[in-house]
Amino acid sequence: MNEFLHMGGYASYVWSSYAIALVVLLANLVAPLRARRKLLTRLAQREKRAQRMKR
Amino acid sequence: MKPATLPQAFSILLRRDLTLAYRRRSEMINPLLFFVLVTALFPLGISADPALLREIGPGIIWVAALLASLLSLETVFRSDFDDGSLEQLLLSPHPLSVLMIAKVLAHWLITGLPLLIVAPLLGVLLNLSTAAMKTLLLTLALGTPVLSLIGAIGVALTVGLRKGGTILSLLVLPLYVPVLIFAASAVANSDAGLPVSAHLSLLAALLVLAISLSPAATAASLRISMS
Amino acid sequence: MLRFFHQLASPKHFYRISGKWIPWLGAACLAFMLAGLYQGLLVAPTDYQQGDSYRIMFVHVPAAWMSLFIYMVMAIAGGIGLVWRIKLAEIMAISSAHVGASFTFLALITGSIWGKPMWGSWWVWDARLTSELILLFLYLGVIALYNAVEDRRTAARATSILALVGVVNIPIIHYSVEWWNTLHQGPTVTKFDAPSIDFRMLIPLLLMAIAFKLFYAVVVLLRARVEVLQRERNTSWVKALVAEHE
Repeated sequence: MNEFLHMGGYASYVWSSYAIALVVLLANLVAPLRARRKLLTRLAQREKRAQRMKR
Repeated sequence: MKPATLPQAFSILLRRDLTLAYRRRSEMINPLLFFVLVTALFPLGISADPALLREIGPGIIWVAALLASLLSLETVFRSDFDDGSLEQLLLSPHPLSVLMIAKVLAHWLITGLPLLIVAPLLGVLLNLSTAAMKTLLLTLALGTPVLSLIGAIGVALTVGLRKGGTILSLLVLPLYVPVLIFAASAVANSDAGLPVSAHLSLLAALLVLAISLSPAATAASLRISMS
Repeated sequence: MLRFFHQLASPKHFYRISGKWIPWLGAACLAFMLAGLYQGLLVAPTDYQQGDSYRIMFVHVPAAWMSLFIYMVMAIAGGIGLVWRIKLAEIMAISSAHVGASFTFLALITGSIWGKPMWGSWWVWDARLTSELILLFLYLGVIALYNAVEDRRTAARATSILALVGVVNIPIIHYSVEWWNTLHQGPTVTKFDAPSIDFRMLIPLLLMAIAFKLFYAVVVLLRARVEVLQRERNTSWVKALVAEHE
């Protein structure tokens, strides 16, 4: 296990690369999900306001 | 409603500019991209020899910073001019020069500070030594506010003009030369291991001079342009 | 079959169908990624030249492949959108820009990190990395243009043209940078593609490449769905969806 983490002395290089990759991938996953939620909320608010106006 | 005091007016103006910039934050990236792009062009145009890059690197980064700064200067007064708030500023009971400091500070935070943050990346691209990199950041920290301050005068003079952009560069770039000279030679010196305190003091002196004189000059220029 | 594609071009059906595909694509992506990581980090042997640092290759190379692949897709989708005026094609084009730029960035960073122990410096102006850097600029230009134009449709069309121009330029840029590189470099040769790569290193590479492609599929569909909702916000099916969301 230790050898695995140690990566033959290159631990910081290898693990930082994989960590950055993980961050980049997660960010790309999270961004559209949040955008969708924000959009739906905004559209819902707009709809509510429109309904209030009609009355 | 009580009229705002000068400090209040200052902070309102500052916060307004920062908020407006935040709403268009994708636009803030453009001068930064330009900064990186221009810097990257030099190795392609000259040579990628690491020793050569290390030598000319500081100069390249500073010239790129000047050009990027120039590109973003327009934004200081452009939107205010377009929607009429510039005229309102001129009518304000508060001293215009102090309000100018608020606008220039906002401009520096939006355009100058990002250059500072990105510069280490460029230092890596151009193979700068750690000592040179540190001095580079110091010179940028001292120099970019000067660029904003001096640039504001130029923008104030050209704000109403149609071809303002090109004329602006002609006006402002000569004024930038001292900053470029002191900053670039400071970084070159630190790379060679020589002392840089003299250069940095001169840059600091330029900054003090700019802070004390440029707001008044900007205000006067603005009044002339808008008359 | 043709009816399937015809239906797909309609935003409403696209939204429904993509919603069904995403979980499967996501699961497949995860499976391939775990397999690739396991093979790459645990099973593949230590390289006799580069020690264990070569394992960065398992993210670096697939990321670089994706950066080019996605640009191609973006340009082709943009082209289809321009020529045949298919809304969905434009949407796919612009939905690819951010994730493409991300992969390019990832390729550059991991390449830089890999280069430090190999070449001794964080950055070297070699042909591969320089071309990749220019590719990043191309992506960022597309994103900047899209953000700058107010109207979404005009924005999509403008960026499609930009992407097409870019894709024609990519081989030209690549060869010119390679030529420039041979002029100036000489001793430093990229040792990344050895003539024959060990089979046990090839497997994780391919697994990760497939995983990244599936990841791209998931993300582009997610982004495209948001774009579709935005554009079709005044239609009844979107309004029904909004009401459901509450």
